[in-house]
Parts: sequence; C-alpha cells; structure tokens
Amino acid sequence: MSVAALKMSLPLARQAAGKVWRRGGPPHATLIQAYSLGYRSAPFVIATLACLGAILTFQAGLQADRVIGDNALTGATTMPLLLRQLGPTLCGLMLATRVGTAVAAELGNMTVTEQVDALRMCGADPVAHLVVPRLRGCVIMALPVSLLGVAAAIGAGAVMAKVGFLVPWSTYFNFSFVHGLDPVEGAAKVLAYGITTPLIASACGLAAPTSGPGGGSEGVGQATTYAVVYCSMAVIALDFVLGGLFFLLRGVVG
Amino acid sequence: MTFGARALAYVGGAALDLCAEIGAFALFVAGLLRALLWPRLDGPECLRSLYRVGWLSLPVVIITAAFAGAIAVIQTGVFVVKYQAYDVVGWGFGYTVFREIGPLLIGLMFSGRIGAFTAAQLGTMQVTEQIDALRIMALDPTHYLVLPRLLAMAVMMVLLVVIGDLCALCGAALTSGVMLGIELPVFLNSLFEYVTLGDFTQGLFKALAFGVIIATVSCHFGLKTRGGAAGVGRAVSASVVASAVGIFLADGALTVWLR
Repeated sequence: MSVAALKMSLPLARQAAGKVWRRGGPPHATLIQAYSLGYRSAPFVIATLACLGAILTFQAGLQADRVIGDNALTGATTMPLLLRQLGPTLCGLMLATRVGTAVAAELGNMTVTEQVDALRMCGADPVAHLVVPRLRGCVIMALPVSLLGVAAAIGAGAVMAKVGFLVPWSTYFNFSFVHGLDPVEGAAKVLAYGITTPLIASACGLAAPTSGPGGGSEGVGQATTYAVVYCSMAVIALDFVLGGLFFLLRGVVG
Repeated sequence: MTFGARALAYVGGAALDLCAEIGAFALFVAGLLRALLWPRLDGPECLRSLYRVGWLSLPVVIITAAFAGAIAVIQTGVFVVKYQAYDVVGWGFGYTVFREIGPLLIGLMFSGRIGAFTAAQLGTMQVTEQIDALRIMALDPTHYLVLPRLLAMAVMMVLLVVIGDLCALCGAALTSGVMLGIELPVFLNSLFEYVTLGDFTQGLFKALAFGVIIATVSCHFGLKTRGGAAGVGRAVSASVVASAVGIFLADGALTVWLR
C-alpha cells in the first residue's frame, strides 16, 4: 500500500494535468472543494500560525535581550523568515495535515465502499470527477489561506513584541530586510504545496485496499495515515529544493 | 426562520458542539488520570507499542530532521554572508534546533505518523466492535489499549527528539560546510560556547508534553469513532488537526513558562 500509493501519484498527476483545464465533471465541484478544503481550513491555519508568530518573536526577543540588549531589529529579522520560509512551510504542513487527511479519508472511503468502481461503471472518469475538482480547489485556495496565515503570524508577533518586550508597532513593522524575491519565494512554495498535497492524498485514498486483511475500514485508516506522512514529507522536500533554487537565484539577481 | 434566527442558531449550535467536544475530552482525560492511579499495564502490549511508536518512526524522524537542519542553513545563509557572522552559526542553529525546530517539527511529523496511525487503529477496532469485545472480557480499554500507547508515545517522543536534534545539527553542519564554507571545528566551537544545557532540556520538556498530547488526543478520537469506514477517516482527520492545535498551544505556553 505504502509504495503503491506513491507510485500511483505520478501517473495520477499526469492524468489530472491533462484534465485540469478541460471543462466537464460535475458543475460547482471546484467551488465546493475550494469551500471545504480551503475556506474551512482557514481558522485552523490562522490559529496555528498566530501561535507560531508569537513563539518566534518571543524566542528572538529573549535572545536579542540576552546577546544584543536591544530589541529594535526583532521585527525586521523575523519578517523575511516568516515571508519566505516559516510562514509558507508551516502553512503547507498545516494544509497537508488538514487537506491531506480530509481528501484521503473521503476518497479512501469511496474506494473501500466501491463507489469509485460504481463511477467507472457509469462511464465517469474518477480522475476528472474526484481528483481534478480537489486539485483545482486546493490550488485556488492555497495562496489566500496562506496569506491569512502569514498575516496572522506577523500580527501575533507584533502583539507579542509590544506586550512582552515593549517594542513599538512602527519599530516592529520594519520591512527593510525583505528582499523583493522573498514574497515570490513564499508564493512559489505555497503553490507547489497546493499542487502536490491533493495529488498525493488522492493517490493514497484511491489506493486504499478494498478487501482482504487490512482492507475495509482499516484500509481507510491506513490511507489517511500515509497521506499525512507523504504530504508532510513532500512539503519538506519541496521546501528544501525551492529554497536552494531561490538561494542560487538570489546570487544571480544580487 | 429569519436570517438573524438562523445565524444565531448556527453560532449557538457550533458553541454547543464545542462544549460537548471539550466535555467529552475532559471526561476521557479524567478516566485516564484515574487509571494512572492504579495502572494495570499489559507487558506485551507495552512492548509492541514501544516498538511501533519508536523504532518504526525512526526513518521519518531522521529524514525530516536532517532536511530541516539543511533548510535552516539555506534560508539564513544570506544573512550569514551579508553580516560575516560565520563564528556564531553554530550557536544560532543549536539554539533554534534545540528549543523550537527540533521538538515542533518532530512533534508534527510524529502526530502525522503515529497519532494518525493510533486514531485509525483504535477507530477500526471501535467500528468493528473489537473494543466492545474487550469490555465483555472484562478488559478495560483504558488500561489495556490507552495506557501502553500513552507510555510509549511519551517515552519515545523524548528519545526521538534527542536523535532528531542530533540529525538536524548534522544536516546544518554539513550544509554550512558545503554552502558557506564553515569548517566543522568553528561550527562546534560556537555551538558548545553559547548553547546551554537549559536550551536542550527545554526542548525535551516540550517533547514530553507533545507526546502526552498526541497520545491522549489520538486515543480519544479513535475510541469515539462512529459510523463505519467514513467514521474512521473522519476520526483520523479530526485527531491530526486537534493534535496540531494542541502542539502549537502547548509550545506557546511552555516557551513563555520555561523561558
């Protein structure tokens, strides 16, 4: 199951790529997925990222107090990190958790109860009907949800700096260390996570074993577990690759 | 119903659901604490849990941690070059890895790997009526299933964070050697010079707390699964989401409390 799901996600990506621009499939399916995968993940992403922003500022402030004795640059130094690295990647991990489990559980359940086979019998393509709407919905909503998350992290960081270390708002909101490529890097990462997460999770869900030992409801549980692990690993691997690419790009642009 | 009444009903229903959820979780934790007063641990089940929780998640933890260390270097490399801060790199990475990145990232991966697995396993046992069968045989599922998992996750989370910290530092040292040309002695020197034992133990305290949170949340959501295969999927999803929220809240509280 584990390797089968990973092997499936590449051909699935190819099939979905061929169908993602084409019309067809149930109407409004993309909107429904954008609502249930994107909009309904927003509170979760905002809450976790706000905690992260506050924690980050607290740790940075403690160190600045201890080593430099001055908190003037706390905001300026955390801002680029939040914009290009921690913000997008933690959003990606949270979306992998929330979206990955939801997609794998739903499709796994449909596979195990033979609803996917029923779709095929009706001549409907499961990829066009099930995978493509989830892919579209996730790609559309990844950027707005992550923007909200990063904004929440920066806001919570500013409040923590003000309350904990008496840093004025204007000193905290210092964007002078932000390079022009930083938001581009963040957006590229978020889009990449938004594409890989629904594809891997769909592959895990569709590969859920239907019968035999480890099939049925156990198979759904297994599919969901693999989906979280593989989606999170994909986020971290993509972060590594894209981070390296943008590091080289910065050297070129200067 | 008018729009106002509908909106009110929606908000009220959500609040009632939340209260019911919190109440059920509190009852579960109370039962767990009561069981801890006079624990009847099943030896083989404990060993099985320790093996599954610890040994089987070792590869995921090692890979994640090494990548995380490398990513941290790639991301901060620009600053290091800009300010010529080569001699504090070891301190910077040691501090962030021990205090935040190590426990937080490994906790999230652990929640994905083990928390999801536990919720799925207990959920499957619940919907196939195996839990009821245990009760019929006078075996309390709290003692027989939950306590071994709690023990295994609390112990193994701490051990995995120790190993993960080491792997993250190896990844960071290797990448800074290759990318920034910082030699290993320079890296280690600033690491041992400035990083205190307190930084390390704070991470371990956090790991212990995350392990306990993941265990209680995943067992709770697993045991209250209803409704066949769809219910198992929902239980896993809810368990992972709730664990992540719990991890971040506990991280914030412990960071402020432990300094």
